[in-house]
Amino acid sequence: MNSILKLAAAAGLALLALPAAAALNVFTCEPEWGALAQELGGDKVSVYSATTALQDPHRIEARPSLIARIRSADLLICSGSELEIGWLPLLLTQSGNSKIQLGTPGYLEASQYVAKLEIPKVIDRALGDIHPGGNPHIHTDPRNIAKVAAVLEERLAQVDPGNAASYHSRAKSFLARWQEAIARWDKEAAPLKGVPIVEHHKAFSYFINWTGMHEVATLEPKPGIPPTPSHLAELLDQMKAQPAKVIVYSSYDSPQAAQFLSERSKIPMVMLPFTVGGTDKAKDLFGFFDDMIGRLLGAVK
Amino acid sequence: MFEKAILALAVAAALSLPHEAQAQTQDELRDLKEQVKQLDRRVSDAEQAAVQASSRPASENALNPAVSLILNGIYGNLSQDPANFRINGFAPTGGEVAPPGRGLSLGESELAIASNIDHYFRGTGIFSVSSDNQIAVEEAYIQTLALSNGFTIKAGRFFSSVGYQNQVHAHAWDFTDAPLANKVFLGNQLSDDGIQLKWVAPTPLYFDIGIEVGRGRNFPAGPQGGRDKNGFGSSNFFTTLGGDLGTGTAWQTSLSYLTTSPQDRTYEDVDSTGTPVTNSFSGTSKLWAFGGILKWAPNFNPTEKNLKLQGEYFQRRENGNLAFDPAVGGTQTGGYASTQSGWYLQGVYQFIPMWRVGYRYDRLSAGTINIGLVDSGALTAADFPILSAYNPTRQTGMVDWSPSEFSRVRLQVAQDKSRSDATDNQVFLQYIVSLGAHGAHKF
Repeated sequence: MNSILKLAAAAGLALLALPAAAALNVFTCEPEWGALAQELGGDKVSVYSATTALQDPHRIEARPSLIARIRSADLLICSGSELEIGWLPLLLTQSGNSKIQLGTPGYLEASQYVAKLEIPKVIDRALGDIHPGGNPHIHTDPRNIAKVAAVLEERLAQVDPGNAASYHSRAKSFLARWQEAIARWDKEAAPLKGVPIVEHHKAFSYFINWTGMHEVATLEPKPGIPPTPSHLAELLDQMKAQPAKVIVYSSYDSPQAAQFLSERSKIPMVMLPFTVGGTDKAKDLFGFFDDMIGRLLGAVK
Repeated sequence: MFEKAILALAVAAALSLPHEAQAQTQDELRDLKEQVKQLDRRVSDAEQAAVQASSRPASENALNPAVSLILNGIYGNLSQDPANFRINGFAPTGGEVAPPGRGLSLGESELAIASNIDHYFRGTGIFSVSSDNQIAVEEAYIQTLALSNGFTIKAGRFFSSVGYQNQVHAHAWDFTDAPLANKVFLGNQLSDDGIQLKWVAPTPLYFDIGIEVGRGRNFPAGPQGGRDKNGFGSSNFFTTLGGDLGTGTAWQTSLSYLTTSPQDRTYEDVDSTGTPVTNSFSGTSKLWAFGGILKWAPNFNPTEKNLKLQGEYFQRRENGNLAFDPAVGGTQTGGYASTQSGWYLQGVYQFIPMWRVGYRYDRLSAGTINIGLVDSGALTAADFPILSAYNPTRQTGMVDWSPSEFSRVRLQVAQDKSRSDATDNQVFLQYIVSLGAHGAHKF
């Protein structure tokens, strides 16, 4: 047994002696934070996103490949507010990595730094898969991205002080471009104000709040519960009485429920990128908001 | 809109300058609009801040650990009496290997409590209450958070890293019961009091190696409680390799080697005349477990459709002495050597949200069993009926419905040929629910 232990230790040491990668390893739970880290980090960071815009971030499993990646991370950025409750705690305990544990500078929970919407007054599972901390999909409001960027700038400088100057200057440049873009989007999205919208899941609440749209229903009967025929039938009645102007589903949702309602109610439907990478145009954070607004404007015209 | 109107009025009132408001110059109007806008922003910011502040728990129990309770109940219809369940060809393990009982019964209720202890450790306690009101500590361990470079140490009682299925809690199994191989080689599910050191390699391909040493509390190490011995009674060496293939398939293989030294590991049998006998084994027991899992979901998004294939192969070699101790007559002891194996393969497919179907095939091979007392002619093979050569098999099919992540209803049918002389046709209808903290999506 001793020999096995020695062998294990020797193998471990041999691998540890490999030259450390030059770039700071950033592990993000969702692609928007990966895109943001890339904006601020440039070539000083190597970014890995655990999920893509084609995946429901609630439902991910702690796959071996994710453990392998989080094991070498220097900084972790996740939305938080229990969005990743099913898998992030497992990744953290399996990682053997003290740098990104809760309470360390390497652990950044983005939703802690913005004002959250839909904080439930009553917390009960009968209400669906609700998040006691509020809606976690904070990235669909560009003003939240700016807030998180400011926090991320500080964190990057803290965990990688050698490149602090680079992070500060890149952040300054990004935030300047971002504020310009927000001003532009504010104008572009003006026609969306007050437009009644049906969502598949409450994935775009922050976007709706920002643009002043008006969510009238969700295709899910309760958060996290797949659409049911009876609920869709009710929605159809509701739409006949008070039609919404657009039905949206995200890049990871099945379009079936939206199609069902759209065909019968004659209300246009549109797929929105859930995050960066959700559509061809949503290549980065700028493209993400450009495309969301563009698609909605196209649908409600 | 309404709020803004009120705000406009409030601003007008606050300014309390009606004569100025009446002044219709463009500049003043613009100023007023701007002020309203700013106030509006400040009010909404303040409102959100207030909501957030009020949502922050301020009580002493805000630091309570995550608590979850698993409840399950089962209806069983079996053509054979589960009370005389046995798996021929293999020494009984003393574990809870029998299928669930006939009729309605409560399954195991499980209370799990977990939390970070401080910035160094995380603690987990999982306690089960069986339907006959026996309380057991299933798992109770601490785990390091502060070690770096991929190292984790776990100490306490935990499910051993022997293969894949052994580390999964019963409520998360894809079938109602364990594979036959897990029943005969691990006494259903092996948990030991011990310590585990694991190292995860710094490579994009997942690779870990680890070692566990334990008390040897349960089968295959020996009788309940372990040996009266300093040091350890069991050791397990394991390694796992895993990764992704493309954008929808994840895989994992694992290999482990469990070594134990059973002392007076007893089991009940009858001799050739039908007289009850207590046999006991002392020696060494070495178990190889090799397993693989393949999971597929479109774009790794399992919400709509997903497929899971899982299979494991076990091989065990035991060497030592077998003592034959009839109720009447003296004890006789002779050599004992066996090489036995078993495997299962199962697939579970979620074809639409909430609904899954699954199939599992189990096969065991009694292999070679050399009993010294039989070879020497002192006794005959008929004196060890349970160890008679036989290759048990079982086929299982199931369909389950999970209306949410927290509840599941399952129907399972099985044809179990564990007994050499009878086929057991089984039907189980089961519910499993979880209350409280959100469960983990283990791979």
